[in-house]
Amino acid sequence: MASANPLAAPQLSPSRRRRRGRRAPVRSWRARDQALFVIAWTAGAGLCVCAAALVIFFAVQGIQYLHPDLLVTRPSVAATQAMSGGILDPILGTVLLAAIGLLIAAPLGVVSAIWVVEYGRPRWLSRIVESAVEIIAGTPDIVLAIFGLALFELGVFSPFSLAEPGGAFGRSFLNAGIIVSAVALPSVYTATRNGLIATPRQLRESSYALGKTRIATIRRVVLPAVRRDVATGATLGLGRIIGDTAIVVLLLGATLRNQPASNTPFIGLLRGTGSTLTSYVFNNSPAGDGNAPDKAYAAAAVLLLLVVLLNWGVGRIGRIGGPLIHEPSRRLGA
Amino acid sequence: MFERLRRPWSDRRAELVLGAAACLLAVAIAAMIVFIVRGAWPTFQHEGLSWLGSGGNPDAQLGAMENTTSHPPASAFLIHAWPLIYGTVLSAGLAVVLGLAISVATAIFIVEFAPSPVRRVMSPIIRLLAAVPSVLYGLVGILVLVPFTANHIVTQGEKKSVAYVVQLSGGGLAVAVVLLTLMITPIMTALIADALQSVPRPWREGAIALGLNPLRATLAVSVRAIRPAIIAAAGLAAARAVGEAIVISMVSGGVSFSPNPADGTIFWFEPFQSLASEIVRSAEAINAPALHSTLYAFAALLLFSSFVLSLAAYLVKLPLRRYQVSD
Repeated sequence: MASANPLAAPQLSPSRRRRRGRRAPVRSWRARDQALFVIAWTAGAGLCVCAAALVIFFAVQGIQYLHPDLLVTRPSVAATQAMSGGILDPILGTVLLAAIGLLIAAPLGVVSAIWVVEYGRPRWLSRIVESAVEIIAGTPDIVLAIFGLALFELGVFSPFSLAEPGGAFGRSFLNAGIIVSAVALPSVYTATRNGLIATPRQLRESSYALGKTRIATIRRVVLPAVRRDVATGATLGLGRIIGDTAIVVLLLGATLRNQPASNTPFIGLLRGTGSTLTSYVFNNSPAGDGNAPDKAYAAAAVLLLLVVLLNWGVGRIGRIGGPLIHEPSRRLGA
Repeated sequence: MFERLRRPWSDRRAELVLGAAACLLAVAIAAMIVFIVRGAWPTFQHEGLSWLGSGGNPDAQLGAMENTTSHPPASAFLIHAWPLIYGTVLSAGLAVVLGLAISVATAIFIVEFAPSPVRRVMSPIIRLLAAVPSVLYGLVGILVLVPFTANHIVTQGEKKSVAYVVQLSGGGLAVAVVLLTLMITPIMTALIADALQSVPRPWREGAIALGLNPLRATLAVSVRAIRPAIIAAAGLAAARAVGEAIVISMVSGGVSFSPNPADGTIFWFEPFQSLASEIVRSAEAINAPALHSTLYAFAALLLFSSFVLSLAAYLVKLPLRRYQVSD
């Protein structure tokens, strides 16, 4: 039984030893393991191929159907695709909805994360807030939309949309923006919370040692330290708002043009109905009323371009900017 | 008045204000549950839990509700939603099973086998796939996959053989499951890859030192260690697949039929509807009282099931904290 002798190893010829390297060659594995290895490679490569196919497909469709003048013409009702106008209103709608949603989600997410991590007392209350965010993250957008319909039909909310006998119309940019902020909130909250947790304790303590109060420390020291996490979370949330369809279809009315509720310049628009790129794509696909696939492809190309840009932005945020106190979104344990 | 606000805040006041804002989230969740249950109440009142059962065609039942006026009689609430529930569970379940296999394989590939240039490319690709709006998947489905299925995969004979029951338009279970899988795989892959990465290196190295090849070592040690994380990822993905409304409504064929596995190949091309896609389809007529309460009952069921799935994912992951393998 000398085969277990560790001294046997140096007897291998030099060439064979080099080939063994850090890991044994796959060829020496059992056939089943080789098959599994190939499956793992295929799955990884398959996902890459899917992503590439998706981007190339929409890029080709975009080049084919997206004429520059579409971007600046308003959509109109027409029997043929050639007459149905451009996608100016959906683009503006997307921008407006994203702005409203982010204006609500970002402060709320950051503030809740700060409270939970930095204060978090009483303990049970901060647990409830944490689970509330998890519930929001898990709730399907269609359920959020249905909730919004019930909520904003109450007469109290008639300033947010058109007033109707016995309540409010319930569909407007403001209403959709408020509900759509729930889609972005978990991203902002989670990114900020992880950043706060990863911020070294000494940073806060040195600020306290200089006589700063807790809130002053948060504002002057902790928040600047996590600004990149906040930016990452907000960008991710922005992407989710832009991509949401169900809430727009149910709560924004998904009308062809943005229809202000009154003549008051900005307020009227906020209270009025409209469409975004997602609802435009949905309505112009064969599933909707419009059935103008060329226009749907054009809008979809713009939408995918926005998402790719945002995604690229998320990757960039981690790398650019001033000195880093900690790496964003790298956790040191919860 | 503003002068007082501009002065530096005391800690006490800051804590109260921040806490109040945070509690707003909890209040919003409570309000959501209350509003949805209140909206669904008439259906539960008139139908009890029997609306979850089978019997009759939900399309016809919902269609009849569109014409109800205010104060509808109890009979107007008649709904047997089993085909919709079955469609939801079937499509989400198949997508999760398929997605689980793909995402575990992909995660192992990314963490253990991919050469580092490939690995660097993979993570942005996964992020991008996860961020693609669902309506784009739906558009690809309805304009490419559905016509392709109808023209090249389903044969005329197959269409004719079931023409007296249901039309095979191309949209159906197969296309919906493929798209749902594409939607949930990136999220699951990211979660599983994160968990794999956090398995302590020595565990796997020990297995390799004992003579296992790297793949066996990964399967026997790393994958085994993160089983709870895999199940949790599946739970979260299932919650997302169950709640997906737009894609299903675009590619499911638009008829609340119950695909029957006994039908063989045709099973994959039979149309169905899910709870969420039915809400989208019927939302235009939501002002009819009976339909209103029925759709809220669907939403309540969706909320409940996504809550249960998230909770299950959380509970399953708890033991992992002991090893600090994952967060």
